[in-house]
Amino acid sequence: MSSIPAVVAVNTFREAVRDRVLYNLVFFALLMMGAAILVGQISVGIERLLIVNLGLSAISIFGIIMAIFIGVGLVYKEIEKRTLYSLIAKPIQRWEFIAGKFGGLLLTLAVNTSFMLLGLFAALLFVSHQFQSSDLGIVVAAYFILLQLALVTAIALFFSCFSSPMLSTLFTLGIYVAGVFLKDIRDISLLTKSPFVGAICKAIYYLLPNFQNFNVIGLAGHGEPIPMNLLWQNTLYAAVYVVILLIASAVVFSGKNLK
Amino acid sequence: MSAPAIEIQSLTKDYAVGFWRKKLRRSLDSLSLEVHEGEAFGFLGPNGAGKTTTLKLLMGIIFPTSGTARILGRPIDDVAMHRDIGYLPEQPYFYDYLTARELLDYFARFFGFSAAERNERVNKYLDLVGLASASNVQLRKFSKGMMQRVGIAQAILHEPKVVFLDEPMSGLDPVGRREVRDIILELKRQGRTVFFSTHILSDAEMLCDRVAVLAGGKLQGVGAPNEIVSLEVYGMEVLFELKPGVAVPAGLASKATNTGNRYRVEVPEADLYAAVEQLKLANAKILSVTPLRASLEDYFFKLVGKGQYAPHSIEVQPQ
Repeated sequence: MSSIPAVVAVNTFREAVRDRVLYNLVFFALLMMGAAILVGQISVGIERLLIVNLGLSAISIFGIIMAIFIGVGLVYKEIEKRTLYSLIAKPIQRWEFIAGKFGGLLLTLAVNTSFMLLGLFAALLFVSHQFQSSDLGIVVAAYFILLQLALVTAIALFFSCFSSPMLSTLFTLGIYVAGVFLKDIRDISLLTKSPFVGAICKAIYYLLPNFQNFNVIGLAGHGEPIPMNLLWQNTLYAAVYVVILLIASAVVFSGKNLK
Repeated sequence: MSAPAIEIQSLTKDYAVGFWRKKLRRSLDSLSLEVHEGEAFGFLGPNGAGKTTTLKLLMGIIFPTSGTARILGRPIDDVAMHRDIGYLPEQPYFYDYLTARELLDYFARFFGFSAAERNERVNKYLDLVGLASASNVQLRKFSKGMMQRVGIAQAILHEPKVVFLDEPMSGLDPVGRREVRDIILELKRQGRTVFFSTHILSDAEMLCDRVAVLAGGKLQGVGAPNEIVSLEVYGMEVLFELKPGVAVPAGLASKATNTGNRYRVEVPEADLYAAVEQLKLANAKILSVTPLRASLEDYFFKLVGKGQYAPHSIEVQPQ
Protein backbone atom coordinates (compact mmCIF):
# COMPACT_ATOMS: atom_id res chain seq x y z
CA MET A 1 0.00 0.00 0.00
CA SER A 2 1.47 3.36 -1.01
CA SER A 3 1.27 6.20 1.48
CA ILE A 4 -1.82 7.91 0.00
CA PRO A 5 -4.18 4.94 0.53
CA ALA A 6 -2.71 4.61 4.05
CA VAL A 7 -3.60 8.26 4.77
CA VAL A 8 -7.19 7.66 3.61
CA ALA A 9 -7.33 4.37 5.54
CA VAL A 10 -6.25 5.95 8.82
CA ASN A 11 -8.88 8.67 8.38
CA THR A 12 -11.56 6.08 7.63
CA PHE A 13 -10.56 4.20 10.78
CA ARG A 14 -10.70 7.42 12.77
CA GLU A 15 -14.18 8.13 11.40
CA ALA A 16 -15.39 4.69 12.47
CA VAL A 17 -13.93 5.11 15.97
CA ARG A 18 -15.42 8.59 16.40
CA ASP A 19 -18.78 7.39 15.10
CA ARG A 20 -18.69 5.03 18.08
CA VAL A 21 -18.68 1.97 15.84
CA LEU A 22 -16.49 0.11 18.31
CA TYR A 23 -19.18 0.47 20.98
CA ASN A 24 -20.42 -2.93 19.76
CA LEU A 25 -17.51 -4.31 21.78
CA VAL A 26 -19.41 -3.41 24.92
CA PHE A 27 -22.34 -5.59 23.80
CA PHE A 28 -19.93 -8.38 22.92
CA ALA A 29 -18.24 -8.12 26.32
CA LEU A 30 -21.62 -8.27 28.08
CA LEU A 31 -22.62 -11.27 25.94
CA MET A 32 -19.41 -13.12 26.76
CA MET A 33 -19.65 -12.36 30.48
CA GLY A 34 -23.27 -13.47 30.60
CA ALA A 35 -22.52 -16.62 28.62
CA ALA A 36 -19.51 -17.52 30.77
CA ILE A 37 -21.52 -17.24 33.97
CA LEU A 38 -24.56 -19.06 32.53
CA VAL A 39 -22.61 -21.84 30.81
CA GLY A 40 -20.79 -22.70 34.04
CA GLN A 41 -24.11 -23.27 35.75
CA ILE A 42 -26.12 -25.21 33.14
CA SER A 43 -23.65 -27.40 31.26
CA VAL A 44 -21.17 -30.01 32.30
CA GLY A 45 -18.16 -30.83 30.14
CA ILE A 46 -19.19 -28.78 27.14
CA GLU A 47 -18.52 -25.29 28.54
CA ARG A 48 -15.60 -24.80 26.22
CA LEU A 49 -17.54 -25.88 23.13
CA LEU A 50 -20.45 -23.56 23.96
CA ILE A 51 -18.26 -20.56 24.72
CA VAL A 52 -16.15 -20.99 21.56
CA ASN A 53 -19.17 -21.53 19.32
CA LEU A 54 -21.06 -18.62 20.79
CA GLY A 55 -18.02 -16.32 20.81
CA LEU A 56 -16.89 -17.04 17.24
CA SER A 57 -20.46 -16.84 15.92
CA ALA A 58 -20.93 -13.49 17.64
CA ILE A 59 -17.60 -12.24 16.23
CA SER A 60 -18.78 -13.28 12.77
CA ILE A 61 -22.28 -11.74 13.04
CA PHE A 62 -21.09 -8.47 14.61
CA GLY A 63 -18.37 -8.23 11.94
CA ILE A 64 -20.70 -8.96 9.02
CA ILE A 65 -23.18 -6.34 10.23
CA MET A 66 -20.38 -3.78 10.54
CA ALA A 67 -18.83 -4.67 7.18
CA ILE A 68 -22.15 -4.34 5.35
CA PHE A 69 -23.61 -1.30 7.05
CA ILE A 70 -20.40 0.74 7.06
CA GLY A 71 -19.15 -0.65 3.74
CA VAL A 72 -22.21 0.39 1.72
CA GLY A 73 -21.72 4.00 2.80
CA LEU A 74 -17.96 4.17 2.34
CA VAL A 75 -18.03 5.90 -1.05
CA TYR A 76 -21.70 6.88 -1.28
CA LYS A 77 -21.58 9.01 1.87
CA GLU A 78 -18.51 10.89 0.66
CA ILE A 79 -20.25 11.70 -2.63
CA GLU A 80 -23.55 12.66 -0.99
CA LYS A 81 -21.96 14.88 1.63
CA ARG A 82 -19.54 16.32 -0.96
CA THR A 83 -16.57 15.67 1.31
CA LEU A 84 -14.95 14.14 -1.76
CA TYR A 85 -14.79 17.41 -3.69
CA SER A 86 -11.86 18.83 -1.74
CA LEU A 87 -10.17 15.45 -1.63
CA ILE A 88 -10.37 14.81 -5.38
CA ALA A 89 -8.64 18.16 -5.98
CA LYS A 90 -5.62 16.86 -4.05
CA PRO A 91 -2.94 14.72 -5.71
CA ILE A 92 -4.80 11.46 -5.18
CA GLN A 93 -5.82 8.89 -7.78
CA ARG A 94 -9.35 7.60 -7.50
CA TRP A 95 -8.12 4.01 -7.09
CA GLU A 96 -6.01 5.18 -4.15
CA PHE A 97 -9.15 6.52 -2.51
CA ILE A 98 -10.92 3.18 -3.04
CA ALA A 99 -7.96 1.24 -1.67
CA GLY A 100 -7.77 3.59 1.32
CA LYS A 101 -11.45 3.30 2.16
CA PHE A 102 -11.22 -0.50 1.98
CA GLY A 103 -8.05 -0.54 4.09
CA GLY A 104 -9.64 1.76 6.68
CA LEU A 105 -12.70 -0.40 7.19
CA LEU A 106 -10.62 -3.56 7.21
CA LEU A 107 -8.41 -2.03 9.89
CA THR A 108 -11.52 -1.18 11.90
CA LEU A 109 -12.81 -4.73 11.54
CA ALA A 110 -9.42 -6.19 12.43
CA VAL A 111 -9.22 -4.13 15.62
CA ASN A 112 -12.81 -5.04 16.44
CA THR A 113 -12.21 -8.75 15.82
CA SER A 114 -9.00 -8.68 17.88
CA PHE A 115 -10.71 -7.15 20.89
CA MET A 116 -13.59 -9.61 20.59
CA LEU A 117 -11.10 -12.45 20.40
CA LEU A 118 -9.49 -11.22 23.61
CA GLY A 119 -12.96 -11.18 25.20
CA LEU A 120 -13.58 -14.70 24.02
CA PHE A 121 -10.30 -15.92 25.52
CA ALA A 122 -11.12 -14.16 28.79
CA ALA A 123 -14.49 -15.96 28.93
CA LEU A 124 -12.74 -19.22 28.03
CA LEU A 125 -10.26 -18.75 30.86
CA PHE A 126 -13.15 -18.08 33.20
CA VAL A 127 -14.88 -21.38 32.40
CA SER A 128 -11.85 -23.64 31.70
CA HIS A 129 -9.33 -22.03 34.11
CA GLN A 130 -6.57 -22.81 31.62
CA PHE A 131 -5.63 -22.57 27.93
CA GLN A 132 -4.95 -25.58 25.69
CA SER A 133 -2.71 -25.87 22.65
CA SER A 134 -5.83 -26.55 20.56
CA ASP A 135 -7.04 -23.04 21.45
CA LEU A 136 -4.79 -21.87 18.63
CA GLY A 137 -7.58 -23.11 16.34
CA ILE A 138 -9.78 -20.32 17.74
CA VAL A 139 -7.27 -17.74 16.49
CA VAL A 140 -7.28 -19.41 13.05
CA ALA A 141 -11.08 -19.40 13.02
CA ALA A 142 -11.10 -15.69 13.92
CA TYR A 143 -8.60 -15.07 11.11
CA PHE A 144 -10.94 -16.83 8.66
CA ILE A 145 -13.80 -14.68 9.91
CA LEU A 146 -11.65 -11.63 9.18
CA LEU A 147 -11.03 -12.95 5.63
CA GLN A 148 -14.81 -13.25 5.23
CA LEU A 149 -15.23 -9.70 6.49
CA ALA A 150 -12.64 -8.48 3.98
CA LEU A 151 -14.64 -10.11 1.21
CA VAL A 152 -17.96 -8.68 2.42
CA THR A 153 -16.36 -5.23 2.74
CA ALA A 154 -15.06 -5.42 -0.84
CA ILE A 155 -18.53 -6.43 -2.10
CA ALA A 156 -20.22 -3.61 -0.15
CA LEU A 157 -17.60 -1.12 -1.35
CA PHE A 158 -18.15 -2.19 -4.96
CA PHE A 159 -21.90 -1.53 -4.73
CA SER A 160 -21.26 1.68 -2.81
CA CYS A 161 -19.55 3.07 -5.92
CA PHE A 162 -22.76 3.20 -7.95
CA SER A 163 -25.74 2.36 -5.80
CA SER A 164 -27.65 3.79 -2.83
CA PRO A 165 -26.89 2.36 0.64
CA MET A 166 -30.27 0.61 0.78
CA LEU A 167 -29.81 -1.21 -2.52
CA SER A 168 -26.15 -1.90 -1.74
CA THR A 169 -27.17 -3.47 1.56
CA LEU A 170 -29.68 -5.71 -0.20
CA PHE A 171 -27.17 -6.72 -2.90
CA THR A 172 -24.35 -7.37 -0.43
CA LEU A 173 -26.55 -9.26 1.98
CA GLY A 174 -27.97 -11.29 -0.93
CA ILE A 175 -24.51 -12.25 -2.13
CA TYR A 176 -23.42 -13.13 1.40
CA VAL A 177 -26.43 -15.34 2.04
CA ALA A 178 -26.06 -17.00 -1.38
CA GLY A 179 -22.35 -17.48 -0.61
CA VAL A 180 -23.18 -19.24 2.65
CA PHE A 181 -25.61 -21.62 0.91
CA LEU A 182 -23.55 -22.10 -2.23
CA LYS A 183 -23.44 -25.90 -1.91
CA ASP A 184 -27.24 -25.99 -1.78
CA ILE A 185 -27.40 -23.80 -4.85
CA ARG A 186 -25.10 -26.24 -6.64
CA ASP A 187 -27.39 -29.10 -5.57
CA ILE A 188 -30.37 -27.26 -7.03
CA SER A 189 -28.50 -26.96 -10.35
CA LEU A 190 -28.04 -30.75 -10.34
CA LEU A 191 -31.61 -31.60 -9.31
CA THR A 192 -33.65 -29.11 -11.31
CA LYS A 193 -35.30 -30.12 -14.57
CA SER A 194 -35.31 -26.55 -15.87
CA PRO A 195 -32.15 -25.88 -17.92
CA PHE A 196 -32.59 -22.16 -17.29
CA VAL A 197 -32.68 -22.50 -13.48
CA GLY A 198 -29.83 -25.00 -13.71
CA ALA A 199 -27.68 -22.58 -15.70
CA ILE A 200 -28.42 -19.70 -13.32
CA CYS A 201 -27.60 -21.81 -10.24
CA LYS A 202 -24.43 -23.06 -11.88
CA ALA A 203 -23.36 -19.52 -12.77
CA ILE A 204 -24.00 -18.37 -9.20
CA TYR A 205 -22.06 -21.35 -7.87
CA TYR A 206 -19.01 -20.61 -9.97
CA LEU A 207 -19.18 -16.82 -9.72
CA LEU A 208 -19.85 -16.09 -6.05
CA PRO A 209 -17.39 -16.69 -3.23
CA ASN A 210 -18.13 -19.67 -1.05
CA PHE A 211 -18.35 -18.31 2.47
CA GLN A 212 -18.64 -21.79 3.96
CA ASN A 213 -14.97 -22.31 3.08
CA PHE A 214 -14.14 -19.91 5.89
CA ASN A 215 -16.30 -21.58 8.53
CA VAL A 216 -14.15 -23.65 10.89
CA ILE A 217 -16.05 -22.69 14.03
CA GLY A 218 -17.12 -26.33 14.57
CA LEU A 219 -13.52 -27.61 14.37
CA ALA A 220 -12.26 -24.85 16.68
CA GLY A 221 -15.07 -25.53 19.17
CA HIS A 222 -14.24 -29.23 19.39
CA GLY A 223 -10.52 -28.45 19.64
CA GLU A 224 -9.81 -30.40 16.45
CA PRO A 225 -6.81 -29.41 14.33
CA ILE A 226 -7.45 -27.11 11.39
CA PRO A 227 -5.52 -28.22 8.28
CA MET A 228 -2.64 -25.83 7.68
CA ASN A 229 -3.12 -25.86 3.92
CA LEU A 230 -6.56 -24.34 4.53
CA LEU A 231 -4.78 -21.31 5.95
CA TRP A 232 -3.05 -20.32 2.72
CA GLN A 233 -5.86 -21.64 0.49
CA ASN A 234 -8.44 -19.43 2.19
CA THR A 235 -6.05 -16.48 2.28
CA LEU A 236 -5.42 -16.80 -1.44
CA TYR A 237 -9.10 -17.42 -2.19
CA ALA A 238 -10.19 -14.28 -0.33
CA ALA A 239 -7.32 -12.23 -1.75
CA VAL A 240 -8.23 -13.08 -5.35
CA TYR A 241 -11.87 -12.08 -4.84
CA VAL A 242 -10.93 -8.93 -2.93
CA VAL A 243 -8.45 -7.81 -5.59
CA ILE A 244 -10.96 -8.42 -8.40
CA LEU A 245 -13.66 -6.51 -6.51
CA LEU A 246 -11.32 -3.63 -5.68
CA ILE A 247 -10.22 -3.36 -9.31
CA ALA A 248 -13.86 -3.38 -10.41
CA SER A 249 -14.68 -0.71 -7.81
CA ALA A 250 -11.75 1.43 -8.94
CA VAL A 251 -12.79 1.10 -12.60
CA VAL A 252 -16.42 2.07 -11.83
CA PHE A 253 -15.40 4.91 -9.54
CA SER A 254 -12.73 6.26 -11.91
CA GLY A 255 -15.35 6.87 -14.58
CA LYS A 256 -17.97 8.29 -12.27
CA ASN A 257 -19.20 11.87 -12.42
CA LEU A 258 -19.46 12.93 -8.78
CA LYS A 259 -22.74 14.85 -9.29
CA MET B 1 2.46 38.07 -20.67
CA SER B 2 3.56 34.53 -19.78
CA ALA B 3 1.95 31.23 -20.89
CA PRO B 4 -1.65 30.65 -19.78
CA ALA B 5 -2.10 29.14 -16.35
CA ILE B 6 -5.49 27.82 -17.45
CA GLU B 7 -6.50 27.00 -21.02
CA ILE B 8 -10.02 25.87 -21.72
CA GLN B 9 -11.02 24.82 -25.23
CA SER B 10 -14.61 24.15 -26.26
CA LEU B 11 -15.40 22.58 -22.90
CA THR B 12 -18.91 21.14 -22.95
CA LYS B 13 -20.86 19.25 -20.32
CA ASP B 14 -24.21 17.53 -20.81
CA TYR B 15 -26.13 15.94 -17.97
CA ALA B 16 -28.63 13.15 -18.42
CA VAL B 17 -31.84 13.99 -16.58
CA GLY B 18 -35.01 12.00 -16.02
CA PHE B 19 -35.41 8.45 -14.81
CA TRP B 20 -36.89 6.49 -17.65
CA ARG B 21 -36.55 8.43 -20.89
CA LYS B 22 -33.37 10.29 -20.20
CA LYS B 23 -32.81 13.64 -21.83
CA LEU B 24 -29.55 15.49 -22.09
CA ARG B 25 -29.32 18.97 -20.64
CA ARG B 26 -26.35 21.12 -21.56
CA SER B 27 -24.85 22.74 -18.51
CA LEU B 28 -21.78 24.15 -20.22
CA ASP B 29 -21.62 24.94 -23.90
CA SER B 30 -18.27 25.13 -25.73
CA LEU B 31 -16.49 27.26 -23.18
CA SER B 32 -13.12 28.56 -24.39
CA LEU B 33 -11.06 30.68 -22.07
CA GLU B 34 -7.49 31.52 -21.12
CA VAL B 35 -6.30 32.73 -17.75
CA HIS B 36 -2.77 34.03 -17.48
CA GLU B 37 -0.28 33.26 -14.74
CA GLY B 38 -0.50 35.65 -11.83
CA GLU B 39 -3.95 36.89 -12.81
CA ALA B 40 -6.91 37.28 -10.51
CA PHE B 41 -9.75 36.10 -12.72
CA GLY B 42 -13.40 36.50 -11.83
CA PHE B 43 -15.99 34.10 -13.13
CA LEU B 44 -19.38 35.74 -13.02
CA GLY B 45 -22.84 34.51 -13.79
CA PRO B 46 -26.30 33.92 -12.35
CA ASN B 47 -27.32 30.68 -10.64
CA GLY B 48 -27.18 27.76 -13.03
CA ALA B 49 -24.91 29.60 -15.46
CA GLY B 50 -22.33 26.80 -15.44
CA LYS B 51 -19.71 28.33 -13.13
CA THR B 52 -19.59 25.46 -10.66
CA THR B 53 -19.77 22.95 -13.51
CA THR B 54 -16.68 24.55 -15.05
CA LEU B 55 -14.79 24.38 -11.78
CA LYS B 56 -15.82 20.75 -11.20
CA LEU B 57 -14.63 19.85 -14.69
CA LEU B 58 -11.29 21.53 -14.09
CA MET B 59 -10.89 19.67 -10.78
CA GLY B 60 -11.74 16.26 -12.26
CA ILE B 61 -14.85 15.90 -10.12
CA ILE B 62 -16.91 15.42 -13.27
CA PHE B 63 -15.80 14.64 -16.80
CA PRO B 64 -16.39 16.74 -19.92
CA THR B 65 -18.75 15.60 -22.67
CA SER B 66 -16.35 17.19 -25.13
CA GLY B 67 -13.55 19.72 -25.19
CA THR B 68 -10.27 19.92 -23.34
CA ALA B 69 -8.63 21.97 -20.65
CA ARG B 70 -5.10 22.38 -19.37
CA ILE B 71 -3.84 23.81 -16.11
CA LEU B 72 -0.20 24.93 -15.97
CA GLY B 73 0.24 23.29 -19.35
CA ARG B 74 -0.92 19.88 -18.14
CA PRO B 75 -4.20 18.13 -18.98
CA ILE B 76 -6.85 18.19 -16.29
CA ASP B 77 -6.80 14.40 -15.91
CA ASP B 78 -3.16 14.58 -14.77
CA VAL B 79 -3.56 14.10 -11.02
CA ALA B 80 0.10 15.01 -10.37
CA MET B 81 -0.81 18.54 -11.50
CA HIS B 82 -3.04 18.75 -8.41
CA ARG B 83 0.09 19.40 -6.35
CA ASP B 84 0.10 22.88 -7.84
CA ILE B 85 -3.56 23.74 -7.52
CA GLY B 86 -5.91 24.47 -4.66
CA TYR B 87 -9.70 24.31 -4.68
CA LEU B 88 -12.47 25.62 -2.49
CA PRO B 89 -15.78 23.96 -3.44
CA GLU B 90 -19.05 25.85 -3.33
CA GLN B 91 -20.61 25.52 0.14
CA PRO B 92 -17.80 23.28 1.33
CA TYR B 93 -18.50 20.40 3.66
CA PHE B 94 -15.85 18.41 5.45
CA TYR B 95 -15.58 15.42 7.76
CA ASP B 96 -17.53 16.63 10.75
CA TYR B 97 -15.87 14.23 13.16
CA LEU B 98 -12.51 15.96 12.62
CA THR B 99 -11.34 19.20 14.18
CA ALA B 100 -10.15 22.02 11.91
CA ARG B 101 -6.57 21.18 12.83
CA GLU B 102 -7.01 17.47 12.07
CA LEU B 103 -8.69 18.23 8.75
CA LEU B 104 -5.87 20.49 7.59
CA ASP B 105 -3.28 17.99 8.81
CA TYR B 106 -5.11 15.23 6.90
CA PHE B 107 -5.09 17.21 3.66
CA ALA B 108 -1.46 18.26 4.17
CA ARG B 109 -0.46 14.59 4.27
CA PHE B 110 -1.34 14.23 0.57
CA PHE B 111 1.53 16.56 -0.25
CA GLY B 112 4.17 14.58 1.63
CA PHE B 113 5.05 17.28 4.16
CA SER B 114 6.96 16.20 7.26
CA ALA B 115 5.15 16.28 10.62
CA ALA B 116 6.93 19.49 11.63
CA GLU B 117 6.15 21.17 8.30
CA ARG B 118 2.51 20.07 8.51
CA ASN B 119 2.22 21.49 11.99
CA GLU B 120 3.78 24.76 10.92
CA ARG B 121 1.51 25.14 7.88
CA VAL B 122 -1.61 24.17 9.77
CA ASN B 123 -0.91 26.80 12.45
CA LYS B 124 -0.06 29.43 9.84
CA TYR B 125 -3.21 28.95 7.78
CA LEU B 126 -5.56 28.51 10.73
CA ASP B 127 -4.24 31.84 11.93
CA LEU B 128 -4.62 33.40 8.47
CA VAL B 129 -8.31 32.48 8.20
CA GLY B 130 -9.02 33.47 11.79
CA LEU B 131 -9.65 29.99 13.16
CA ALA B 132 -6.67 29.65 15.52
CA SER B 133 -8.90 29.75 18.59
CA ALA B 134 -11.31 27.16 17.14
CA SER B 135 -8.62 24.83 15.84
CA ASN B 136 -9.52 21.99 18.21
CA VAL B 137 -13.29 22.23 17.79
CA GLN B 138 -14.96 19.46 15.76
CA LEU B 139 -16.24 20.68 12.40
CA ARG B 140 -19.77 19.52 13.24
CA LYS B 141 -19.92 22.53 15.56
CA PHE B 142 -18.75 24.99 12.91
CA SER B 143 -20.98 27.69 11.44
CA LYS B 144 -21.28 28.12 7.67
CA GLY B 145 -18.82 31.00 7.75
CA MET B 146 -16.29 29.01 9.78
CA MET B 147 -16.65 26.10 7.32
CA GLN B 148 -15.93 28.53 4.50
CA ARG B 149 -12.80 29.73 6.28
CA VAL B 150 -11.48 26.23 6.86
CA GLY B 151 -12.26 25.53 3.19
CA ILE B 152 -10.11 28.45 2.14
CA ALA B 153 -7.32 27.28 4.45
CA GLN B 154 -7.29 23.76 2.93
CA ALA B 155 -7.23 25.26 -0.57
CA ILE B 156 -4.06 27.30 0.01
CA LEU B 157 -2.33 25.21 2.68
CA HIS B 158 0.15 23.72 0.22
CA GLU B 159 0.81 27.11 -1.41
CA PRO B 160 -0.42 26.19 -4.88
CA LYS B 161 0.37 28.10 -8.05
CA VAL B 162 -3.25 28.25 -9.13
CA VAL B 163 -6.13 28.64 -6.69
CA PHE B 164 -9.75 27.93 -7.65
CA LEU B 165 -12.35 29.39 -5.34
CA ASP B 166 -16.04 28.68 -5.91
CA GLU B 167 -18.03 31.51 -4.31
CA PRO B 168 -15.39 32.24 -1.66
CA MET B 169 -17.42 35.06 -0.06
CA SER B 170 -20.54 32.92 0.36
CA GLY B 171 -21.72 32.63 3.95
CA LEU B 172 -19.25 35.16 5.28
CA ASP B 173 -20.08 38.23 7.33
CA PRO B 174 -18.65 41.61 6.25
CA VAL B 175 -15.51 41.07 8.32
CA GLY B 176 -15.02 37.62 6.79
CA ARG B 177 -15.54 38.97 3.28
CA ARG B 178 -12.97 41.64 3.89
CA GLU B 179 -10.51 39.02 5.16
CA VAL B 180 -11.08 36.80 2.12
CA ARG B 181 -10.59 39.78 -0.17
CA ASP B 182 -7.29 40.44 1.60
CA ILE B 183 -6.28 36.79 1.20
CA ILE B 184 -7.02 36.91 -2.54
CA LEU B 185 -5.05 40.15 -2.88
CA GLU B 186 -2.17 38.57 -0.96
CA LEU B 187 -2.23 35.47 -3.20
CA LYS B 188 -2.16 37.75 -6.21
CA ARG B 189 0.72 39.74 -4.71
CA GLN B 190 2.62 36.47 -4.28
CA GLY B 191 2.23 35.87 -8.02
CA ARG B 192 -0.34 33.08 -7.75
CA THR B 193 -3.17 32.73 -10.22
CA VAL B 194 -6.57 33.07 -8.60
CA PHE B 195 -9.67 31.90 -10.45
CA PHE B 196 -12.83 32.55 -8.52
CA SER B 197 -16.53 32.54 -9.17
CA THR B 198 -18.69 35.07 -7.44
CA HIS B 199 -22.08 36.70 -7.37
CA ILE B 200 -20.71 39.77 -5.67
CA LEU B 201 -19.83 42.04 -8.55
CA SER B 202 -18.20 44.76 -6.45
CA ASP B 203 -15.70 42.16 -5.21
CA ALA B 204 -14.94 41.07 -8.76
CA GLU B 205 -14.54 44.67 -9.85
CA MET B 206 -12.21 45.37 -6.95
CA LEU B 207 -10.08 42.22 -7.12
CA CYS B 208 -9.96 41.00 -10.69
CA ASP B 209 -7.55 41.74 -13.48
CA ARG B 210 -10.10 40.21 -15.82
CA VAL B 211 -13.55 38.76 -15.57
CA ALA B 212 -15.66 36.42 -17.66
CA VAL B 213 -19.45 36.47 -17.65
CA LEU B 214 -21.20 33.16 -18.12
CA ALA B 215 -24.93 32.73 -18.67
CA GLY B 216 -26.96 29.78 -19.87
CA GLY B 217 -23.78 27.72 -20.05
CA LYS B 218 -22.22 30.06 -22.58
CA LEU B 219 -19.50 32.62 -22.28
CA GLN B 220 -21.04 36.04 -22.79
CA GLY B 221 -18.00 38.24 -22.46
CA VAL B 222 -14.47 38.37 -21.10
CA GLY B 223 -12.03 41.17 -20.40
CA ALA B 224 -10.67 43.57 -17.82
CA PRO B 225 -13.44 45.23 -15.81
CA ASN B 226 -12.48 48.64 -17.17
CA GLU B 227 -12.44 47.28 -20.72
CA ILE B 228 -15.76 45.54 -20.72
CA VAL B 229 -17.54 48.39 -19.00
CA SER B 230 -17.37 51.67 -20.86
CA LEU B 231 -15.19 54.36 -19.35
CA GLU B 232 -17.34 56.91 -21.06
CA VAL B 233 -19.31 59.10 -18.71
CA TYR B 234 -23.00 58.81 -19.42
CA GLY B 235 -24.17 61.41 -16.89
CA MET B 236 -23.48 63.39 -13.73
CA GLU B 237 -24.90 62.81 -10.29
CA VAL B 238 -25.40 65.91 -8.15
CA LEU B 239 -26.15 65.70 -4.43
CA PHE B 240 -27.38 68.87 -2.76
CA GLU B 241 -29.21 70.27 0.25
CA LEU B 242 -31.99 72.86 0.28
CA LYS B 243 -33.03 75.09 3.16
CA PRO B 244 -36.44 74.21 4.67
CA GLY B 245 -39.30 75.58 2.62
CA VAL B 246 -37.22 76.15 -0.52
CA ALA B 247 -38.50 74.28 -3.59
CA VAL B 248 -36.32 72.36 -6.05
CA PRO B 249 -35.66 74.50 -9.15
CA ALA B 250 -38.30 73.84 -11.81
CA GLY B 251 -35.84 72.48 -14.37
CA LEU B 252 -34.64 69.77 -11.96
CA ALA B 253 -37.82 69.00 -10.01
CA SER B 254 -38.95 66.14 -12.21
CA LYS B 255 -35.60 64.34 -11.96
CA ALA B 256 -34.85 64.88 -8.26
CA THR B 257 -35.28 62.34 -5.49
CA ASN B 258 -34.85 63.21 -1.85
CA THR B 259 -34.36 62.04 1.70
CA GLY B 260 -35.41 64.88 3.99
CA ASN B 261 -33.80 68.03 2.66
CA ARG B 262 -31.06 66.16 0.80
CA TYR B 263 -31.62 65.72 -2.91
CA ARG B 264 -30.10 63.66 -5.69
CA VAL B 265 -30.38 64.42 -9.35
CA GLU B 266 -28.90 62.85 -12.48
CA VAL B 267 -28.27 65.14 -15.46
CA PRO B 268 -26.53 64.71 -18.82
CA GLU B 269 -22.91 65.89 -18.71
CA ALA B 270 -23.69 68.76 -21.10
CA ASP B 271 -26.40 70.08 -18.76
CA LEU B 272 -24.25 70.09 -15.63
CA TYR B 273 -23.38 73.80 -15.58
CA ALA B 274 -26.99 74.80 -16.20
CA ALA B 275 -28.13 72.59 -13.34
CA VAL B 276 -25.47 74.03 -11.00
CA GLU B 277 -26.54 77.55 -11.99
CA GLN B 278 -30.16 76.75 -11.07
CA LEU B 279 -29.08 75.32 -7.73
CA LYS B 280 -26.97 78.41 -7.05
CA LEU B 281 -30.02 80.61 -7.62
CA ALA B 282 -32.01 78.46 -5.19
CA ASN B 283 -29.22 78.88 -2.55
CA ALA B 284 -28.67 75.11 -2.54
CA LYS B 285 -25.63 73.64 -0.84
CA ILE B 286 -23.92 71.30 -3.35
CA LEU B 287 -22.58 68.26 -1.51
CA SER B 288 -21.01 66.36 -4.39
CA VAL B 289 -20.83 66.09 -8.17
CA THR B 290 -19.94 62.59 -9.43
CA PRO B 291 -19.51 61.38 -13.03
CA LEU B 292 -21.61 58.28 -13.79
CA ARG B 293 -20.00 55.38 -15.65
CA ALA B 294 -21.36 51.95 -16.49
CA SER B 295 -20.38 49.53 -13.72
CA LEU B 296 -19.63 45.85 -13.98
CA GLU B 297 -23.05 45.36 -12.49
CA ASP B 298 -24.66 47.25 -15.37
CA TYR B 299 -22.71 45.11 -17.82
CA PHE B 300 -23.70 41.95 -16.01
CA PHE B 301 -27.39 42.82 -16.01
CA LYS B 302 -27.25 43.88 -19.62
CA LEU B 303 -26.10 40.36 -20.45
CA VAL B 304 -28.09 38.26 -18.05
CA GLY B 305 -30.65 40.46 -16.39
CA LYS B 306 -33.56 39.91 -18.71
CA GLY B 307 -34.17 36.37 -17.56
CA GLN B 308 -33.46 34.84 -20.94
CA TYR B 309 -30.86 32.53 -19.38
CA ALA B 310 -32.88 30.40 -17.01
CA PRO B 311 -30.81 27.71 -15.27
CA HIS B 312 -30.35 24.55 -17.33
CA SER B 313 -32.63 25.88 -20.02
CA ILE B 314 -30.80 24.33 -22.90
CA GLU B 315 -31.87 20.87 -23.92
CA VAL B 316 -29.77 18.96 -26.40
CA GLN B 317 -30.37 15.89 -28.47
CA PRO B 318 -28.45 12.73 -27.56
CA GLN B 319 -25.67 12.00 -30.03
